[in-house]
Amino acid sequence: MPELIEIAKAIAARAGEGEQIEAYLAAGRETEVRSFEQSVENLSQAESSGVGVRVVRDSRQGFAWVGSLDAEAAGEALAEARDNATYATEDEHAGLPVSDGWPAADLDLWSDELAGYGTSDKVALAIELERELRADRRIRQVVRAGYTDASLEWAVANSLGLSAASRRSSCHLFAYAIAGEGDDTATGFGYSVGRSPSELDLSSCAGDTIERATRMVGAEKPKSAQLTVVLDRRVTATLLSIVAGILSGEEVSKGRSLFANRVGEAVAAPSLTLLENPTDPEAMGASPFDSEGLATRRVELIEGGKLMGYLYDSRAARVAGSVSTGSAIRDGYRSTPGVGARAVSLLPGELGQQEILSAVGEGLFVQSIAGVHSGVNAVSGDFSVGAEGLMIRGGELAEPVREMTIASTIQRMLQHVVHIGSDLEWLPGRAAGLTLAIEDVSLGGG
Amino acid sequence: MTLTESRLVEPEVLERVLAGALRNGGDFAEVYAEDRAMTAVSLDDRRVEELSSGHSRGAGIRVICGDTTGFAHTDDLSETGLLAAAAAASAVARQGGGGVRRIALSETRAPAPNTVATYPADVPKATKVELLRRADEMARSKSDSVVQVSASYADNRKCFIVANSDGLFTGDDQVRTRFAVRCVSSGDTGLQTGFESEGFTVGFEFFDGDAVERLASEAARRALAKLRARPAPAGVLPVVIKSGSGGILFHEACGHGLEADHIVKDSSVYAHRLGEQVASPLVTLVDDGTAGPNWGSYAVDDEGRPARRNVLIENGILVDYMWDATSARKAGRASSANGRRESYQHLPMVRMTNTFLLQGSEDPDEIVAQTPYGVYVAALGGGQVNTATGDFVFGMTEAYMIENGQITEPIRDVNLIGNGPDVLAKVDAVASDFGMSPGTCGKDGQSVPVGCGQPTLRVTGVTIGGTAGA
Repeated sequence: MPELIEIAKAIAARAGEGEQIEAYLAAGRETEVRSFEQSVENLSQAESSGVGVRVVRDSRQGFAWVGSLDAEAAGEALAEARDNATYATEDEHAGLPVSDGWPAADLDLWSDELAGYGTSDKVALAIELERELRADRRIRQVVRAGYTDASLEWAVANSLGLSAASRRSSCHLFAYAIAGEGDDTATGFGYSVGRSPSELDLSSCAGDTIERATRMVGAEKPKSAQLTVVLDRRVTATLLSIVAGILSGEEVSKGRSLFANRVGEAVAAPSLTLLENPTDPEAMGASPFDSEGLATRRVELIEGGKLMGYLYDSRAARVAGSVSTGSAIRDGYRSTPGVGARAVSLLPGELGQQEILSAVGEGLFVQSIAGVHSGVNAVSGDFSVGAEGLMIRGGELAEPVREMTIASTIQRMLQHVVHIGSDLEWLPGRAAGLTLAIEDVSLGGG
Repeated sequence: MTLTESRLVEPEVLERVLAGALRNGGDFAEVYAEDRAMTAVSLDDRRVEELSSGHSRGAGIRVICGDTTGFAHTDDLSETGLLAAAAAASAVARQGGGGVRRIALSETRAPAPNTVATYPADVPKATKVELLRRADEMARSKSDSVVQVSASYADNRKCFIVANSDGLFTGDDQVRTRFAVRCVSSGDTGLQTGFESEGFTVGFEFFDGDAVERLASEAARRALAKLRARPAPAGVLPVVIKSGSGGILFHEACGHGLEADHIVKDSSVYAHRLGEQVASPLVTLVDDGTAGPNWGSYAVDDEGRPARRNVLIENGILVDYMWDATSARKAGRASSANGRRESYQHLPMVRMTNTFLLQGSEDPDEIVAQTPYGVYVAALGGGQVNTATGDFVFGMTEAYMIENGQITEPIRDVNLIGNGPDVLAKVDAVASDFGMSPGTCGKDGQSVPVGCGQPTLRVTGVTIGGTAGA
């Protein structure tokens, strides 16, 4: 089979007079193994590929996808996209990007080791992970223990001469276990992530899962209060992903962002600097190119608490009279590009987690949150999520608590950041985690 | 890109592929082949941004050997492609005992719970686009404070066949049509949002009436009502939930916990509790894949079992769980036709269909009138549950305070949190009205369409995740 980029260019080359065409191709391979009671529960092997074609003609955009790289199927998708374009509203900002000359970062996101890693090795990892979890007598059940990996090659080319191709690999260990007995049950979820199997840390995945489950045993519903919360790294990463979404230039231009018209203003505590940097190879979302084929780049979103700007793809940039920040993302070949972050993080502070707990003295350590999609309104900024964690007393983690909510608004939470941890870690997904302390948050309990 | 009406794979080929899948041993093999086509149109910021269409076809092959499942999928539906996937799936079956097995398929069909009058593929694209313009116009006509409107139309059709080594050979042709409107309003206290959607397992006849105008008006009304919203309280209060979108409460509070994969792994608070009182006697909960044109209906599940109406909780007593073939086999019983998968690229697992609470006898207005102080939830968004602890959250997207038995001021969007068995026991009033709503249920990385429903009801105490004193 020819290289993806060649197929993409061949589709783009079919553009007629007054027409722009973009072809995005992806081909991926995934393996997943789950162990249950020391034998393989599931072993799935999957390959999938497809092409998404975007057509712009007379300032109208159309799109179609097909789950195949077959030339005939791609031709059908092109015909469909052309037809679909005729039904869109004329849009003076519609159009594909041309090269902006920005140099692409040289990133090595691919592991040859993964390709040579046999199925039996993957099975052995999953079984060993489950064994290590069950070896701890406090663990009553291991609901899930497994290994997954994925490798993806993708290419994009448009009829204005822009083209890009990249590939990446990743693998994960994951575990979900139950500690406790009867009504007094607690759960913990843990993982380890890397680009190749040798980067995985099985013991830390198991240890993290066990610690999270066992320390929650005996948790009770706390009383409602107004207090300082210290967010676990994972919770911070979730919060940062939400904030990055609100900084989408597309949402700003459509009047749906609480950060609209606020560039230059203090929107966060002075200690807070928020960056989007997909050129950092440590980020699991790292990529040398965005989904339209422009080079990704480091973008300062908030510096010293001050709002610096927004993320743009090529259309959002045209609407705003700005330039693309290389922030086009897409959810595979089945979607058109939209604006989004790939690798958002806070500039780390000076204190480790224990030092932050000591500094806070009294408050709530939030181990995990639930209901983000139902409880966070990115337009109004209202933030209300289910939470579980441990009370902080005398600067130490104390009794576990659950069945409570924590609530504030995004606006207030950013202003009320009091400590930013030094413990930055890139997590699966599009954000880095670190310990974060936020004061004046509402705890909803009994 | 038209859908093929013909069989995706000939039965003789399926028989040979199933035999090939068991060549190295194994207890069970299955081929699931699917052809899926979709159209989506979105309007945002007064523009029809995009009309997109997509098409995929492929097959997933499963081989079960003892407690181990091997799975592989392919987009190549030729016999060669299917045999290659069968070989990959059967990699788990190494214990020998294979050899030549003959599979003889016997074709069956189950009746569909719904009818499709107008296939969306037969409707001109321009007609679909026009629906969105009407929604935009209607929503903006409600007030100048409606500052942004986005609307989406989506249809999809999934034709599949499933055949297994027990000789089962069946399939289904499922059409779904959905419309959603989201409005942003702007006022003195900032921005607010209003969302409304409906979806059915029907064709374009969904739009024969005033569905577009009704949904657009409701989304605008909701966004405008919330402009006056004050911060919600934090703490435990009585909650009255209006019929309709509140069905998500039971989906999270006990639906997921009654999925048998959690039961066989002893990771649900409802395990070992059959025959016990797990809810207030007012609670009778049903999961019904045959419930007419609702969003979670089908003729057969994705493992080929005819859809059923299953009573889960009857007058507060736990009657049964929901089962797919794998969990049923482990428990030595039959599937309840709840085996579903997102696509041919996914393994089936236990999923809900249309899950709803049956009506009671009370007047919904009277339930409010008899609540001195609490929260009235007019619309709920999504939710999430930890099945092992029973703790669940669900978001309210339109809610009001109840003071002296009267619905008073609107309050801002927050989550509510409760513990499943505890909340089920605290249902103390169930009304005679009823409403269903469509949702997308995510579990273990797979999304499937489900319906949720309930009458107006009251829970004596749920934790409201607000910021003000309760």
